[in-house]
Amino acid sequence: MNTSSNATTTIVRHSGAYALDNYLTAGQGVKSWLLTTDHKRIGILYLWTILVFFLIAAVAAALMRIELLTPAGDLISSETYNKLFTVHGVLMVWFFLIPSIPAVLGNFVIPMMIGARDVAFPRLNLFSWYLFVAAGALALWSLIHGGVDTGWTFYTPYSTTYANSHVISMAAGIFVAGFSSIITGINFIVTIHKMRAPGLRWFRLPLFIWALYATSLILVLATPVLAITLALMSVERLWGVGIFDPKLGGDPILFQHLFWFYSHPAVYIMILPGMGVISELITCFSRKRIFGYAWVGCSSMAIAVLGFIVWGHHMFVSSQSIYAGMIFSLLSFLVAVPSGVKVFNWTATLYKGSITFQTPMLYALGFIGLFTIGGLTGLCVATLAVDVHVHDTYFVIAHFHYIMVGGMVMAFMGGLHYWWPKITGRLYPEFWGKLAAMITFIGFNLTFFPQFLLGYLGMPRRYHAYPPEFQMLNVLSTAGASILGVGYVLPLIYFLWSLKRGRLAGPNPWRATGLEWQTSSPPPVHNFEATPIATASPYLYDAEADRDLHMANA
Amino acid sequence: MNATTTAVVAEQFDDIQQQHSAAKLGMWIFLATEVMFFGGLFLAYTVYRFTYGHVFALASRHLDDVFGGANTAVLLFSSLLMALAVRAAELDRRKQLVRLLLATALFGILFMTIKGFEYRKDFVEHLVPRFDFRWDGSDAANAELFFWIYFALTGLHAIHVTVGIALILVLALLARAGKFSPNFMPVEITGLYWHFVDIIWVFLFPLLYLAGHR
Ligand SMILES: [Cu+2]
Repeated sequence: MNTSSNATTTIVRHSGAYALDNYLTAGQGVKSWLLTTDHKRIGILYLWTILVFFLIAAVAAALMRIELLTPAGDLISSETYNKLFTVHGVLMVWFFLIPSIPAVLGNFVIPMMIGARDVAFPRLNLFSWYLFVAAGALALWSLIHGGVDTGWTFYTPYSTTYANSHVISMAAGIFVAGFSSIITGINFIVTIHKMRAPGLRWFRLPLFIWALYATSLILVLATPVLAITLALMSVERLWGVGIFDPKLGGDPILFQHLFWFYSHPAVYIMILPGMGVISELITCFSRKRIFGYAWVGCSSMAIAVLGFIVWGHHMFVSSQSIYAGMIFSLLSFLVAVPSGVKVFNWTATLYKGSITFQTPMLYALGFIGLFTIGGLTGLCVATLAVDVHVHDTYFVIAHFHYIMVGGMVMAFMGGLHYWWPKITGRLYPEFWGKLAAMITFIGFNLTFFPQFLLGYLGMPRRYHAYPPEFQMLNVLSTAGASILGVGYVLPLIYFLWSLKRGRLAGPNPWRATGLEWQTSSPPPVHNFEATPIATASPYLYDAEADRDLHMANA
Repeated sequence: MNATTTAVVAEQFDDIQQQHSAAKLGMWIFLATEVMFFGGLFLAYTVYRFTYGHVFALASRHLDDVFGGANTAVLLFSSLLMALAVRAAELDRRKQLVRLLLATALFGILFMTIKGFEYRKDFVEHLVPRFDFRWDGSDAANAELFFWIYFALTGLHAIHVTVGIALILVLALLARAGKFSPNFMPVEITGLYWHFVDIIWVFLFPLLYLAGHR
């Protein structure tokens, strides 16, 4: 609580804490936004865009949960249900989760964290947003014209031969979105290599930068494989190119290999950035240096590398050889090591820290718990024998939602609250923030924990009807989903409210140490009045540094 | 990539060296992306050549080594011209640069023309899947699969060559207007791309045309 009172005094002392000459006031009107090359504005463009897709995908999820209230398939037909889970998966994965932290928060803070004026290629950055919008338009076109029913995985031969829906336009949308991600990845890698402020050596970089560097490597090396896979799937559907077609001696399983060669690393595109955010939050709100900095940074790289050699764990029941299965199982266990390093080091950072339970910290703590459950159940499904039992059941659904929603979305919300004062210059209302964080945590667990039980009991995924004995747990899950919905709508309301009426934040409301907090809020167009110089490690959180910073503010 | 066509250092960079090395690194990473993009198809080729090696060898003999070999020479020579163009840009020899770029593009166009004639021959010989594909001998389906992969790989490569020709022609226009006087980086990174396209072909040629030779 000390923190917010300190922020208040800062504002009182500086009557002009809201920097009037900033990137938001630098140009007015729609045109100044649509033609901007400012990484901060592009981050905000992405924020609005992914919000639209999140809402559509959330509505699809809500409809599915309502359908699943009763055992009979009474509200929507099975065809519609197939389309709902496909649109939910496609939009959430490619149009919300993958761009969420990288393209929104990454775009906004990476250049500031490394003391740069912008990313290396600002015009390409804007171009990638336009590609993303075009991709979204293609996806929405497919949705409006009847949708797609293949599931987000587009497995052949269903997608190439039997599916009677807009597979090609949807795949084209994902293809284009992929190029948008690739451009973002190239931009981030080059920016981090070439644009660091003087003195900012690799091991002085914030852990968020390490995480996004690892993420960008995956974006750049895995996404093109998805692109060629979806392209081959589409031409096969159009002209019967036989690469996945058994009639010509082609192999549908090759599609699965190629798809998961991308999509398993893509899971790490959807969690590594979250881990980066959590590293920032945990150390800031414990007022303690991160425990084992180099280990946390290098574990991001280890996760990225290992992520490329475990894809076969999605194919244990696909007739893949048992030896391949054993190796993929073992390698998948190995991913638990760097992930465990992170959880251990976050916990050790908390130990004896002077913790304040601000909203971002609540999300961060929630992340650690939920990610741990998601990770440990990941070991269950990476075990050959167990996977045969729970494959294609709600156990898997619950597992990856603990990682992607309990992990990534919690981290995204935590990061958004943390950097909101920097983005807008204003604070969100702390009480409502904490309330929303707790509602989200409770709603999330109520939604997805019952699904572990459902899966263990044998309820398969992707069905709109189920035997009556599963009803109790499904009702609990739907009830949880409605609570979770409240947890997401609340921030939407108070964030919008805070744009005009939130308290002024001042340059550094959290007394954080990163370079991005050394400039005014909102930052000027080129981020800093003068290029900052890094002289020490990024997390100088200790009593002395606190006092120094306090003096500097005074 | 982010066309730095003027000598002025873009505002996000401190100096021209930083700008140059950023552009170059960006291109290299993009090429890594391209390797993975082609990689999916190369994997498909590898899997099926491993599975149907005999038919793939037989099918490969139906491709015309003369067309393929000539095109290999054409593309390699165009890469030499491109390398000389980069040198000319570095030395700020404008007229030579324009000529070399045009020559590079011309050889690119020559490659595409030869490829076009070769496709026509493939069509006449009933080697195009779905278009009256004929195969005497067993395993016609697997042979058809080989030709699908052949058309997918060379088609994707041809798209890249076309993009390269367009880029080089634009560069030639800009070079004539004197846009690269102190800043030759766009020529250099386009050169990287052109060499990459060349190298892909260097792999395609033996995999597709020479797989049947003993
Ligand atoms: Cu996986």
